[in-house]
Amino acid sequence: MTPSTPRGASVFDALEQLLPFVTKPIQYVGGEVNAVVKEWDDVEVRWALMYPDAYEVGAPNQGVQILYEVINERDDALAERSYAVWPDLEALMREQGVPQFTVDAHRAVGDFDVFGLSFSTELGYTNMLTAIDLAGVPLLAVDRDESHPVIVAGGHAAFNPEPISDFIDAAVLGDGEEAVLLITDIVRDWKREGRPGGREELLLRLARTGSIYVPRFYDVDYLEDGRIQRVAPNRPDVPWRVRKHTLMNLDEWAYPKNPLVPLAETVHERMGVEIFRGCTRGCRFCQAGMITRPVRERSITSIAEIVQNGLEKTGYEEVGLLSLSSADHSEIADIARNLADRYEDSKVSLSLPSTRVDAFNVDLANELSRNGRRSGLTFAPEGGSERMRKVINKQVTEEDLIRTVTTAYAGGWRQVKLYFMCGLPTETDDDVLQIAALASEVIRAGREASGRKDIRCTVSIGGFVPKPHTPFQWAAQLDHETTDARLHKLRDAIRADRQYGKAIGLRYHDGKPGIVEGLLSRGDRRVGAVIRQAWADGARFDGWSEHFSYDRWMAAAEQALAGQVVDVDWFTIRERQRVEVLPWDHLDSGLDAEWLWEDWQDALAEVAVDDCRWTPCFDCGVCDQMDTEIQVGPTGIVNLPMPTLPDRSPVLATTGGE
Amino acid sequence: MARPAPDRDVAPTVQRLRLRYAKRGRLRFSSHRDFQRALERALRRADIPMAYSAGFSPHPKVSYANSAPTGVASEAEYVEIGVALACNPDAVRAALDAALPPGLDVVEVVEARTSDFANRLEASVWRLELPGVSRAQAERAVTLLLAQTEVLVDRMTKNGRRTFDARSAVIVAECAADAGLGGDCAILTLVVRHGTPSVRPDDVLSALSRVADLVPPKPPRVTRLAQGPLDEAGTSVVDPFAPDRAG
Repeated sequence: MTPSTPRGASVFDALEQLLPFVTKPIQYVGGEVNAVVKEWDDVEVRWALMYPDAYEVGAPNQGVQILYEVINERDDALAERSYAVWPDLEALMREQGVPQFTVDAHRAVGDFDVFGLSFSTELGYTNMLTAIDLAGVPLLAVDRDESHPVIVAGGHAAFNPEPISDFIDAAVLGDGEEAVLLITDIVRDWKREGRPGGREELLLRLARTGSIYVPRFYDVDYLEDGRIQRVAPNRPDVPWRVRKHTLMNLDEWAYPKNPLVPLAETVHERMGVEIFRGCTRGCRFCQAGMITRPVRERSITSIAEIVQNGLEKTGYEEVGLLSLSSADHSEIADIARNLADRYEDSKVSLSLPSTRVDAFNVDLANELSRNGRRSGLTFAPEGGSERMRKVINKQVTEEDLIRTVTTAYAGGWRQVKLYFMCGLPTETDDDVLQIAALASEVIRAGREASGRKDIRCTVSIGGFVPKPHTPFQWAAQLDHETTDARLHKLRDAIRADRQYGKAIGLRYHDGKPGIVEGLLSRGDRRVGAVIRQAWADGARFDGWSEHFSYDRWMAAAEQALAGQVVDVDWFTIRERQRVEVLPWDHLDSGLDAEWLWEDWQDALAEVAVDDCRWTPCFDCGVCDQMDTEIQVGPTGIVNLPMPTLPDRSPVLATTGGE
Repeated sequence: MARPAPDRDVAPTVQRLRLRYAKRGRLRFSSHRDFQRALERALRRADIPMAYSAGFSPHPKVSYANSAPTGVASEAEYVEIGVALACNPDAVRAALDAALPPGLDVVEVVEARTSDFANRLEASVWRLELPGVSRAQAERAVTLLLAQTEVLVDRMTKNGRRTFDARSAVIVAECAADAGLGGDCAILTLVVRHGTPSVRPDDVLSALSRVADLVPPKPPRVTRLAQGPLDEAGTSVVDPFAPDRAG
């Protein structure tokens, strides 16, 4: 940026010179159907929203699309989108002085008032640093002044933003819709008043809401052994704890209303509709299920309207009915039947990304694939042994699983994929080896039920990473050597199965990336130096195996944590005690710490906890603490009217002018 | 049990429509596959009554011809679609143009009254803007190129590196300069015959670099101006829709 360039000017002319030399240049040009470009000077507050991964992953992200719409609906604000640039373009941008840009109007990210990043995973942290640096903004929040955007982190990873607290100005916990409106108001008022008190005052106004976390206003003290002694606010009026946002009444927030249709190919070529938010199944490993409580359903009528509108505005051929466990919607059978009826004669296909292990889920899949090919179904027992499933509170018996998969094979499905985790608390080799026996039984029973020999079962197994705000937040992560050894034993056991082994596929990854994810998930402020070092050493796109380097991260950790009493093992494979202050204890997800600890003890005792949607409340604390409630049907609406379609398309030869 | 493919009625083709579209500005960076997805979605948004193929996953009847490379703009790309109900070509043009993003613009739609359209696209007219190259430099290079009967170039293709002649396909190569673009910027107009492998503008640039060391300091901006049959003299390209209009 040269001083003569007005703020908000397009950098496209400079970028365009670089595009002939990079792979998939279309991802950088914007121009998507339903994208919005507003005049810079017509608004008071300007947001750059970033999903810190490649465009093909970031563009379909529902969260960013929703916030983009919510902000752009305001007359006094605009929002544009930015994504991580691949290393080939990054090198050229550095060489030619082209800044991090938005794809909408190709404005420099450094020109915006707020730079919001959505982190679904901690592995996007290094991409954030690339973007901040390319934007010409100082990496450290303390070095920024009023000319720089306020950098706000959101998304699930923001429930422990301590490892990135040096780099961000603020973090938002929970649902973003109302939070971005609140931030927009605060920034607008502060600007209107002539920016009183500068950046410090703006950040204080954000912090005093009690629902926006500003790390600089909290001091962290450590004990000699490395544990945290205390996290305390260092300004008056800044609350001791920061609470999450919870959006109630989803029907009043029927987004996306104008879904973006990328030109570039992306990971999800479909129209997504969130049918409910939250999950109370209580799987103990699942951070999403713990931090998004309570369950809030969208009604069958609202879902149908969003689908119809979205199809008309996008031309997509596939609709995904999204949520953390879509088969759990109280009216899912009616939703599936009505939508399947509605679109039976069109080329629209419906998908329900549900992995629930029961025959009802297979019925749903059958309904949604009335006319389509029945290729594969996915189920997630998660734990290989009955005992393990009790520890993680995944209430599925082997009998349930066999009954479910035989129903699927008998219904014409040829392939079943089973998800498991390795490295769960208290797990032994035997727990994982039981997956091999289970898979054999799946094939045996499946052949019997379907009368076919060509059915297949794929076992997909990932390393478990303990996450903040879950009962497993105190657990020791399994070291990568043991993870790998256990997975190799499983592989050998499947290979040794002469009768069924050839029908069983195994997909797994080595345990090393999980250790870095674990470090970033449960790290504290001291991990920030590791992230910065790894980034300086070249870490980019850490979620991509071809770019990820474990050795680079370990070398960076050794350097950045030199002289400290803590190291990577301390953050990852160490079990925590009840009395320890956890880095995220001052961030309130609503879950009662005592309840979480008891649930952790129940896990160790292999005791199950039910779902509060159909059993009495078990006092996890969320609804009381956050003043929220479970919002589920049934609405009693069983049949939807068929949508009214125009009688004649205006393009027909017999209509109109002739 | 394997289930048979659904034997629902497949919408048969009652009319074929030929579309000329342009790829302009920043959307010149869209690839052929990007355009295919964008078009199929636009056909649905515009509610064009497409004919579909039979089978488990019916596909709309669309055939693409000879698309310009990624990064190259075009005023003359061609697509043929089959519809299941007779349509008004002008109404289809307007509806589809409105449904496609700006930069992918439907310029003209005619009803197909002839067959064998793809073979009618014998040659293309290309315009190459060469920023930083003077008209004199370009003219010298073009003269050297045209003096040869064969200039071998190579390019990475799906099947690996291929070496082929980029000279004999060039029917016309003319130079001009654009004063309006500021500084030196030669404008090269080419008429290039289609063949296998097809000689693209970047192949001609490779040939110019080989015979005259002409290496543009900045990336050239290339536009396909026309595609179609060669005229009787064999030196210019005429409208490929002419037979459909006459029919």
